[in-house]
Amino acid sequence: MGKKLLLEHDHVPGINSYSVYREKGGYASVEKALKTMTPESLVEEVKKSGLRGRGGAGFPTGLKWSFLAKPPGVERYLVCNADESEPGTFKDRYLMERIPHLLVEGMITSSFALGAKSSYIYIRGEYFYVAKILEKAIEEAYANGWLGKNILGTDFSHDCYVQIGAGAYICGEETALLESLEGKRGNPRIKPPFPAVAGLWGCPTVVNNVETIAAVVPIVNQGGEAYAQIGIGKSTGTKLISASGHINKPGVYELELGLPVEEFIYSEAYCGGIRGGRKLKAVVAGGSSVPILPAELILKTAKGEPRLMSYESLGDGGFITGTMLGSGGFIVMDDTTSIVKNLYTFSRFYHHESCGQCSPCREGTGWMEKILHKILDGHGTLADVDLLWDIQSKIEGKTICPLGEAAAWPVAAAIRHFRSEFEDYVKNPGNIQDVKHYYRLNNLQPA
Amino acid sequence: MAANKKIEFSEETLALCHKLIKRYPEGKHKSALIPILHLAQAEFDGWLSPEVMEYVASILKIQAIEAFEVASFYSMFNLKPVGKCHLEICRTSSCWLMGAEDVVRHLEKRLGIKEGETTPDGMFTIKTVECLGSCGTAPMMQVGADYYENLTLEKVDQLLDRMKASGKRKSYTDVAETRPL
Ligand SMILES: Cc1cc2nc3c(=O)[nH]c(=O)nc-3n(C[C@H](O)[C@H](O)[C@H](O)COP(=O)(O)O)c2cc1C
Ligand code: SF4
Ligand code: FES
Repeated sequence: MGKKLLLEHDHVPGINSYSVYREKGGYASVEKALKTMTPESLVEEVKKSGLRGRGGAGFPTGLKWSFLAKPPGVERYLVCNADESEPGTFKDRYLMERIPHLLVEGMITSSFALGAKSSYIYIRGEYFYVAKILEKAIEEAYANGWLGKNILGTDFSHDCYVQIGAGAYICGEETALLESLEGKRGNPRIKPPFPAVAGLWGCPTVVNNVETIAAVVPIVNQGGEAYAQIGIGKSTGTKLISASGHINKPGVYELELGLPVEEFIYSEAYCGGIRGGRKLKAVVAGGSSVPILPAELILKTAKGEPRLMSYESLGDGGFITGTMLGSGGFIVMDDTTSIVKNLYTFSRFYHHESCGQCSPCREGTGWMEKILHKILDGHGTLADVDLLWDIQSKIEGKTICPLGEAAAWPVAAAIRHFRSEFEDYVKNPGNIQDVKHYYRLNNLQPA
Repeated sequence: MAANKKIEFSEETLALCHKLIKRYPEGKHKSALIPILHLAQAEFDGWLSPEVMEYVASILKIQAIEAFEVASFYSMFNLKPVGKCHLEICRTSSCWLMGAEDVVRHLEKRLGIKEGETTPDGMFTIKTVECLGSCGTAPMMQVGADYYENLTLEKVDQLLDRMKASGKRKSYTDVAETRPL
């Protein structure tokens, strides 16, 4: 098994408490940062580490931090994105629930680097019990002098708060998140200005994912260079993957970037293979927004090389034959799965979650859901499949935020790789009966 | 809600509201709106009536329409009464793959209502929702703050029996059942 940097102690009894976390070396990064580093040198270490945002986009974290505007006399904020609503993703929840102090420690160390006096952890409302766990950890951190005024006797003071959302995927988009944190509807803002210049309450703000902020802890402890040694190429470090669907061992796995996808799916150390020994049909590798790939293409690239769990390898071939690491929401489907029906659950999701500001997204997501429903209902035509393709192609690049694209890409990929299934649905509607349809199509015997 | 019940937070909740407001810089107290709407929903029978939203707005010294604007955007806020146990079943990909539809069908049969409806005794409402971050333990449902995961139809039956026997309202802010780690 590969190296673990975040979940090394996740099974230690009581690791969610301050005392056990501290015994295991917790809060060392705060000590090291405040006593031996400057904010600038800390940002430098994060740059050297090659850490890339773990929320989905994979933007280099050190670079993002260096963009933060620092006008004199204006507050700066760090906001942790714990909205985690991308279907297939549950790693942040796992991390916060098991090792809440790791996030709190990361918030303090990162805030020191950014010169933020206050920080907020914006967590989706449904994770209310996790918010309680975090609040308890924050209380313990205050009680032990890691938060509050003049931490460790230095002139760095910091307050950290948990803010709960109320059920809206769009609030994971960073500017919608800031709107929500300001007590408004979660409508994404038009950029520029970017949050680094005008974010929370108009002040310079950095928004980072839970896992990104947690990764700052081992980076500070071991040094950026040591972190960069882990992983492969520009995919440095480890990544938490949420594995779900038709596998024997669903769950959250920390893996060193560069692990072969095949090993991840079939090895006992990870997913443990497909349930019931069935055949792998397709994988959505990085949360619902990234293109689905059929078994052949997720295990091997179009060039015939083994596909690896890394930003570059998963992206190899672009959207024609590749996909994205995204948020690490790894959804596995066996040979009984209806790709059309799965896509319908995604399209229904995006339609439900569109904030409605842009016509291509608001109307397009609705149309895509309706057409897929029509096809599943047995009333589809070949022209409907073409219409679906046409609608998705008209969303990309025409909206305020990337939710529009996130809704379009899964439709494009499903049709690109599984067009014959869509055609079978419209040509033989009499056969459509959920899974039975797919048993027939694949010459399988129902269990 | 009984028509004559006065809409006013308990002293304890009101103190909590004022504590929440202090988390934000001076003049930015509107940020407390969502947390306070959660408290209101929990305290006033699981939904936000126009009167409740007006009350919340008055605490924050904002317009009632601002509270309504926000409440109507977020799916966790109920603008109509719901049953004491709001059964929220995830219907997105991973849960669907693992049989969420069977869970919904079973609930509909057991409770004699359709998705979106409330039982005549006001005990249960069935609602399908989008991914709740529990995809590795699918299928699942959330009731109040509690996550019920790796559901089987037997498990669902036991849960319904338990909830019915307790007769209590389950709310998001009420972290009742501690989860084994
Ligand atoms: C529709 C949408 C939903 C998003 N949801 C999340 C989310 O739940 N969690 C997250 O960390 N980032 C999410 N993002 C990405 C954020 O906008 C942002 O890029 C990220 O929080 C930056 O942090 P990172 O650089 O550490 O990844 C979402 C983006 C979009 C467009
Ligand atoms: S793309 Fe969709 S979600 Fe994003 S701002 Fe436009 S309408 Fe809202
Ligand atoms: S798909 Fe159901 S919890 Fe994620």
